[in-house]
Amino acid sequence: MRAFFFKPQVVGSLSVATAAMLAVPPLWLAIGAAGLLRPRSLRLSALWLFPLGAAAAFVLAAASLAELAEPAQSLVLPLGLPDLPFHLRLDPLARFFLFLLGAAAGGVSLFAAGYFRKGEGTAPGLLCLQYHVFLAGMAMVLLADDAYLFMVAWEVMALSSFFLVTTQHRIAAIRSAGFLYLLLAHLGAISILLCFGVLQGGGWQFTFDAMRQAHLATPWSSVAFGLAVLGFGAKAGLVPVHVWLPEAHPAAPSPVSALMSGVMLKTAVYGLLRVSLDLLPQPQWWWGLALLGLGLFGALFGVIFAAVQTDMKRLLAYSSIENLGIIFGGLGLVLLFAASGHPLMAALALSATLYHCLNHAFFKSLLFLATGAVLHATGERSLGKLGGLIHRMPWVAWLALIGTLAIAGLPPLNGFVSEWLLLQAFLFTPQLPQPFVNMLVPLGAAALVLSAALAAYVMVKFYGVIFLGQPREPALARAHDCGRLERIGLSWLAAGCIALGLLPVPMLALLDAVVRQLLGTGLGTLAPWWRLAPVAVERASYSPPLFLLVGGAVTLGAAWLVHRLYHGRVRRAAAWDCGFPLQNARMQDTAEGFGQPIRQIFEPYFRMQRELPAPDDPRPAYRVTVADRFWGALYLPAAAAAQATARLVGKLQQGRIAVYLLYSFVTLLALLVFVL
Amino acid sequence: MNAANLLAQIVVVALAVAAAPLFMAWVGQCRAWLANRRGPGLLQPYRVLRKLFHKDAVLATRASSLFRIAPYVQFGAMACAAAIIPLLGTDLPFATAADAIALVGLFAVARVFLALAAMDIGTAFGSLGARREMLVGFLAEPALLMVFFTASLIAHGTALPAMATAITGHPLAIYPSLAFAAVAFLMVLLAENARIPVDNPTTHLELTMIHEAMVLEYSARHLALIEWSAALKLFNYCAIGFALFLPWGLPDRVGSGMLAALPVVALKFAAAGAGLALLETVSAKMRIFRAPEFLATAFLLAVLGLLVRLLLGS
Repeated sequence: MRAFFFKPQVVGSLSVATAAMLAVPPLWLAIGAAGLLRPRSLRLSALWLFPLGAAAAFVLAAASLAELAEPAQSLVLPLGLPDLPFHLRLDPLARFFLFLLGAAAGGVSLFAAGYFRKGEGTAPGLLCLQYHVFLAGMAMVLLADDAYLFMVAWEVMALSSFFLVTTQHRIAAIRSAGFLYLLLAHLGAISILLCFGVLQGGGWQFTFDAMRQAHLATPWSSVAFGLAVLGFGAKAGLVPVHVWLPEAHPAAPSPVSALMSGVMLKTAVYGLLRVSLDLLPQPQWWWGLALLGLGLFGALFGVIFAAVQTDMKRLLAYSSIENLGIIFGGLGLVLLFAASGHPLMAALALSATLYHCLNHAFFKSLLFLATGAVLHATGERSLGKLGGLIHRMPWVAWLALIGTLAIAGLPPLNGFVSEWLLLQAFLFTPQLPQPFVNMLVPLGAAALVLSAALAAYVMVKFYGVIFLGQPREPALARAHDCGRLERIGLSWLAAGCIALGLLPVPMLALLDAVVRQLLGTGLGTLAPWWRLAPVAVERASYSPPLFLLVGGAVTLGAAWLVHRLYHGRVRRAAAWDCGFPLQNARMQDTAEGFGQPIRQIFEPYFRMQRELPAPDDPRPAYRVTVADRFWGALYLPAAAAAQATARLVGKLQQGRIAVYLLYSFVTLLALLVFVL
Repeated sequence: MNAANLLAQIVVVALAVAAAPLFMAWVGQCRAWLANRRGPGLLQPYRVLRKLFHKDAVLATRASSLFRIAPYVQFGAMACAAAIIPLLGTDLPFATAADAIALVGLFAVARVFLALAAMDIGTAFGSLGARREMLVGFLAEPALLMVFFTASLIAHGTALPAMATAITGHPLAIYPSLAFAAVAFLMVLLAENARIPVDNPTTHLELTMIHEAMVLEYSARHLALIEWSAALKLFNYCAIGFALFLPWGLPDRVGSGMLAALPVVALKFAAAGAGLALLETVSAKMRIFRAPEFLATAFLLAVLGLLVRLLLGS
């Protein structure tokens, strides 16, 4: 028996914050298990377990933030395989993503406490277990310091989220969405496993420390990088392994969609960062270029598809593909700069990328939760049957407005900050050794701004069709606003969007530790706290507090002056009907209508099916479905090939014992020949 | 940031806000002259604004508070933008609070709020206008950013004063890349300010409108603010154009130099207004689905400018 079977080995001493961080995942597991005490009781999970889980999440966030810049701490647990116990490690990178997990999951859990009701399919207690196992799984992915624990945690995360996606498992469409998710999750997992297999470099040591020490030859490190991109990309929705997102996100209950999109996709980003900048030796420049191209293509692809969606959660799922594309593009830029010997620019790009991860966790969780509130209040997910909810659900509507403006990349909210930083990184591209790359990088900036501008289009559509206008169905008049806990959860996430938007400099100062760990250089001090100027003030600066102060002062001043100098009288009257008095709610623009210009401009990108009504149709209906070209070009042939192979292999099975005996005989003969 | 700079900044913004309707009137007057009409005179927009401010605001029964906030947000955004753009000098304090990218973001704030407000009432025309405005916006915004990027490659920075200074400081002051950018910028200016050939500011046919369809439900002070901020937006775009392509005569510090720069700036605006009127008189409005082609051309021209700058270093 070795020593670690009795007590954990700690390198360095354990502070209170570290202990708290390490205590949170087991606590989540315990909370989940407690849900099984009375699996049918909604009161137990809603009143106690989910708020407790949220509290644990906030503790995790606070502890990770407090210790973000501390040096790395390792821990070996008396668990796992005999010769490979679980290694844990807390370094700035892991702490940053733990902060992201805690901060977003806290808000989501608070919302979930009020959200899950009877009749959601899975019993509340079981749901509570799955939910908290999912949280603990994500935390363990971030804590893992060896490939074995990483893969175990990764699978726990994938399987628990699979069960959460299929909460309403009685619906066939949801089951098949869950299956697709499971399939791609495992495609990714296999790829990651192979990646670790390459990374150990012949030493057969599976701790990350050993992998850092393994000297990989360049072709092998490229193979490892490719496998990592495929594996983590499948989890993050990198095009072309993105098809599960638009299926699984609408199928899952909204808090689960929020967690999956806001946090789980980031664990994939974490994994790729860990492999490419920590475990692998010096990156190659073409890795960066390939990732940049893949990411930005994914960003444009996602946002174009988001613009034509008619299901609000599918729209958000495509928007996640876009945002993750931007993140991967940013990572590509980091690798490109790091490989070409421009650590400062790499630091800028990495800061922007990490900031965008955090931003996306906040605003996408907020928006998914808002769609959940809408879904509960109306029972509708289709944009064509919503509308006018700002009157019935003011809390959700105004908080969702913050998320909408943030994701549209509008100043002074948080989406703009990361976009601004990333554009700075693109613009200040130094001379790179490869001349054609010098030209491609500004084109990347063009793709980035195009997708950001389209995101604004998409979000206006999303918000306008759901919350503004007239209710498109009579049933919407009975919609109710969300409950107290749900409001608190939404408000927390919205407050995060505002705070990250207004105070980028303190946050970037905290991020500096992560950047320093991965690249060796940071952005340095960015004083003063109110002005963001990563290069030099006279070259580029952005000061969100001043921006908000002056903008707010001018806006309020104008309002005050107008009311003071003139008057504030208001009369209410019916809307102008253009001389056609028989207008109803169905004459508003629909979601299809709002997406029509995009459909027309980007027609070749879609596989479209239109159904036009005949001229004499008494009940004319127009329908258009937009499908993904990758589905027909990549997935269906792959499925057909898999089926054909299975059929060939199936021929071996005759169902007669004599044949099977023959197989054994032949095998034995073959082995004999081989051995002799 | 001392008191004199702050005062200068406030004066410049107030000047821009006050002069914007005058510029709009000047363009209208030039158009009238070119069409052999007399025109309503240069004070007409002020009279319209005064009339609108005095009226009672009529709100649609379904209007939410978002509808009432939007005009103020738009006006605030445009006034803020006037503070960022180096109109009368490159040393004003607010310029460091936001660079060219933030300026584009500010325009986007105004656009998104107005589009959301247009969808708020839930009439067919409002949402039609919102959709078209966002269509124009999503193509014009990247094009404008690419124009700024071209200039920022010359200036090694995205701060607007740095761009103006860098371009003034160049001895020959003719960059081929900026020529591409200038054409692209002009196209964006026309599209973003709802001018011919993308939109017609004087139209009264709802089906063909973009901007006017969006603001169909607005009246009285709200409409006045929207009209005023539309004028301010055109004014700001012209000021951006001057800062990027004709930055001469801009003083680099606060003081009496700014007074001396005033006639130069006024002259630039007069010429720009006349040019704009001429352009609008000789061209016809396009179908809405030609607008994406028009703006895609602008975007590609701007990208081309960027590549010229990168490839040839000129």
